[in-house]
Formats: sequence, C-alpha cells, structure tokens
Amino acid sequence: MRIINRKPSRVVSVALGLVPFVATITAYTIASHYRRLENPADKLLPSLESMGEAFWRMAAVPDRRSGDLLLWLDTFASLWRLGTGMAVSTLLALLFGIAIGFIPHVRGALAPYLATFSLIPPITVLPILFLTFGLGELAKIALIVIGTAPVMIRYTAQAVLDIPREMIIKAETLGASVWQMVTRLVLPQVLPKLISCLRLSLVPAWIFLISAEAIASTSGLGYRIFLVRRYLAMDVILPYVVWITLLAFLLDRALLLLSRRAFRWHHLGGDAL
Amino acid sequence: MNASAKLSVQGLSKFYDGMPVLERVNLDVAPGTFCTIVGASGCGKSTFLRMLLSQEHPTRGQILLDGKPLPAEPTPDRGIVFQKYSVFTHLSVAENLVLASEFEAAPLTGKLFGSGKRKALDDIGELLERIGLSAASDRYPAQLSGGMQQRLAIAQALVKKPRILLLDEPFGALDPGIRLDMHELLLSLWNDLGMTVFMVTHDIHEAFKLGTRLLVFDKIRHDPQAPEAYGATITYDLPLNKPSFGDRDPQDIAGAIRAAGTPGQSSPSPINHP
Repeated sequence: MRIINRKPSRVVSVALGLVPFVATITAYTIASHYRRLENPADKLLPSLESMGEAFWRMAAVPDRRSGDLLLWLDTFASLWRLGTGMAVSTLLALLFGIAIGFIPHVRGALAPYLATFSLIPPITVLPILFLTFGLGELAKIALIVIGTAPVMIRYTAQAVLDIPREMIIKAETLGASVWQMVTRLVLPQVLPKLISCLRLSLVPAWIFLISAEAIASTSGLGYRIFLVRRYLAMDVILPYVVWITLLAFLLDRALLLLSRRAFRWHHLGGDAL
Repeated sequence: MNASAKLSVQGLSKFYDGMPVLERVNLDVAPGTFCTIVGASGCGKSTFLRMLLSQEHPTRGQILLDGKPLPAEPTPDRGIVFQKYSVFTHLSVAENLVLASEFEAAPLTGKLFGSGKRKALDDIGELLERIGLSAASDRYPAQLSGGMQQRLAIAQALVKKPRILLLDEPFGALDPGIRLDMHELLLSLWNDLGMTVFMVTHDIHEAFKLGTRLLVFDKIRHDPQAPEAYGATITYDLPLNKPSFGDRDPQDIAGAIRAAGTPGQSSPSPINHP
C-alpha cells in the first residue's frame, strides 16, 4: 500500500506526535550533561532538575524582597494585558469590520486608510506610545491593540464581503432591516471566522506583549525573562519560555473549543488544526 | 389568498460596460402566470431575473408591478430561490423558516425568545410537513441533501407570501429523480398560493412541463465580427396550455427554436437540452 494511503491508528498517532517532543528533551539532556561534565558551574544548559527547582522557586516560594509569588504575579500581569488588548482589538474588529464590509460608503471612507495604517510596523510606534501614555499599562495594551486590530478589522471586513450575496438578498426579501441583517446574518456568519482570526492574532499579540514588557515594566513574563537574563539565569528563562508556550497553547485550544461549541454549523464540513 | 401581481416590462435594455446584454424587452404577464425562461448561457436570462428582483437595474426602460415602478431594492413582495446559497447555513431548518416572522416581530434584535419563538415554530409545523422536513427540522443545511436544501429554500421564499416568486435555475444541481419531486412540490404550492412565477431553467422539458408561458431569450441580430455587439431579447413567447400539452412535442419546438436562433453560427445553440 502506498504511504499516502496508510493511516496511523489513534495510539500510533499519539505516539508519533510525542516523538519530536521526547527527542528534543533527550537531546537537550545529553547536551546539558556533557557540558556540565566539563564545567559543573555551567549556566547555559542547566539540568532539568535545576530548572525544575528554579521554576518551583518562582511559583511557590515568596520572593525575599517583595514577598510575592513571582510566577503567578508575572502570569497574571501578562495575561491581563494580553486579554484586555485582545478584547479591545476584537471589539474594534467587530465594529469597524462589519461597518466596512457591509456598508459601501463606510468601506469607501475607511478601507484605504486602514490598509495604510495596518502597514505601520507596530514596534516602531512603541516609543511614541511610551512618550504619550507613559510607561504604565496603557502603553503596553495600546501596542497590542495597534499591532493586532488593523489586521483583525481587515480580516473581519473580508469575512463580511465573503458572505454569499445570495444570502443577503434572501434576507432582504424576508423583510430584514440593515440592523436585523447585522444581528441575524452578518454577526453569526462572521463570529466563527473572527475566532479563527483571534487565534492567529494571538501570535503577534504575544510578541508585542513580551517586547513592551521587556522595555519598560516592573512585572510580567517578558519583564522577568529580560531581567534574569542579566544573571545568565537560563534555569529561569527556559521554564518561563515553556510556560508562555503552554499558556499560548491553552488559549488557542480554548478558543477552538469555544468555536466548536458555539458555532457547530461552522465545523460541520470537518476542519483541521 | 394573496393577490398575485400583473407585471409589465417596457422597452427594457441592460448594458454592461457599454455592451448590451438585453435589448428592447417588452413583456406583459397576467397575474398567476407560471413563466419559464430558457435561452443559451450568457443570453441575459439571469440578468432579467435579477432586474425583476431589483438586484440590478435596467439601463433603459422600466418594469411596472401593478402599474407602479418596482422598488429599487429587493423587498418581501418578490421571493427568490437561487441555485445555491439560498438558505442560511448558520440556522437550522426550522430557524430558517421562522426567520421572516422574527424579522417582523422583533425590529430591534430580529430574534424571538420564549413563547413568541414557540408560537412561531408551531406556525411553521404544517409547512415543514409539506416539504417533508419535519424530521430534519433541527438539522443545519450542511447536513441536508441538495434536494432537501432546495425544498427548504422554496418554502423559505414563500413564507412572506410574495406576489412574485423568482427561481434562478433552482433545480440545476439536482438529480433527475429528485427534480420530479421538486416539480410536484412547486406546482402544488403554486396552485395553492397563486403567485406569479418566473423560473429560469436550462432544461427545456422542465420549462414545458411547469410553465403556463414559455419565454425564450436569444439574440436576433448577430455580427460574426463582433459577437458582443447586440443584446438578446425575447424571441419566442409561447402560451402553454396544460391540457393541450400533448400536442406539442418539446423536441420539435426546441428544434425550431434552435433553427431560428443563430443559423450558421458556431456559437452555442440557444437551447441546451439533453
């Protein structure tokens, strides 16, 4: 049988999926082991145990100076910024995306401006944000919004334009007003696509969050990584990177689950990833 | 039940980018007529239907409904069934059918809740039964066969009791066996409701079987050097009397139409039939 027609069973599939993870960890452990054989004080590739200890220290032992559990403090601060920023972006995407996609006059007025605005590299705006909003939370959230909202608005507007014209005309012949078409046709058709867009936008959102925290902050996952970098504390940095990855993964899965639950019709065709 | 409409088309022309698609179309249709429209691909029959729907507007001439110009945009007095995308994919069968009454009853949200919703759902029970979708009322369109989807589309288009029903190749994507069921459903609904029907079809047999009046769209003039120079118009306007249907052989008439169409041209024959 050709290899393209051979399908792995569920067990084999899970096992195959685990292989690259196990291989990476094994390779790291071996490299770390030999490096520490040469220099027991090596900081670049700390052992899994020392990383575990460092993670435990960050998560469960109160900080000597402030008395805080640093990991949870950082996680809460970062997720709050990320969540607020993405909530604002999502709201903007719905408001402007639907207006631009559904009403030709609004499209004529805003689409060229938006296309231009979305090409500004968001990081270049960061100094402006710090200068105008100060070094507080607002500048960091604003960076996430500026970085993600334009693309999300454009994506949403396109999703509205992709609704088959036939459906919109059908709604008109059923006596719908523009507002009723928005609530009963456009919104439900667009929301599952907006969730997909949100999942994709979380990737740049994390980049903007960590960047903003690295430059000016007193808490947050990005702040911590760039702080302990000064002490070559790879035993903290690596677990933090894994932790951030895990948070991002869980957020992504939660949104997928939400989409499947709330918009079952959208997933009937069977979808991947 | 609902009064059907007298429709009058006067001197209608439609140009796209200066190219004529339809020219000098004149037509008067008595209330309750079942008009079937046939013609070659690209002869403007779907454009004609879209103008009846106000989805597009005539370049010249006018369409009068009971003596008054058509509204400038689609309205509930004209129902429409497209070949596809006719039903709302995010709504179940029952929700698709109650949507129109929800629009009417809830101007702000367009959605009914609680007892209002239950009442609306009860009201469509008979309709569901009639289109044979009672058992499938909770399913989404993606979970229905093509025939079931089109039955839903027809029922949905008739919920508002339109005076004119427009059908744009509604059965084009269906199997022959399913088509026969659809014909029966459509004819019985038309008998009961008495609306004026315009149906575009590629199937000449279907056009003869269903219609009380057959309209053939074709180009009268044809310039081989500039095939786009002239638009199409109604070349045949045949009243079809149901009882005398047997006298007319669709094949003969189809042959006559083809012969009269664009003689000696390599362009596709005006009527495509199996």
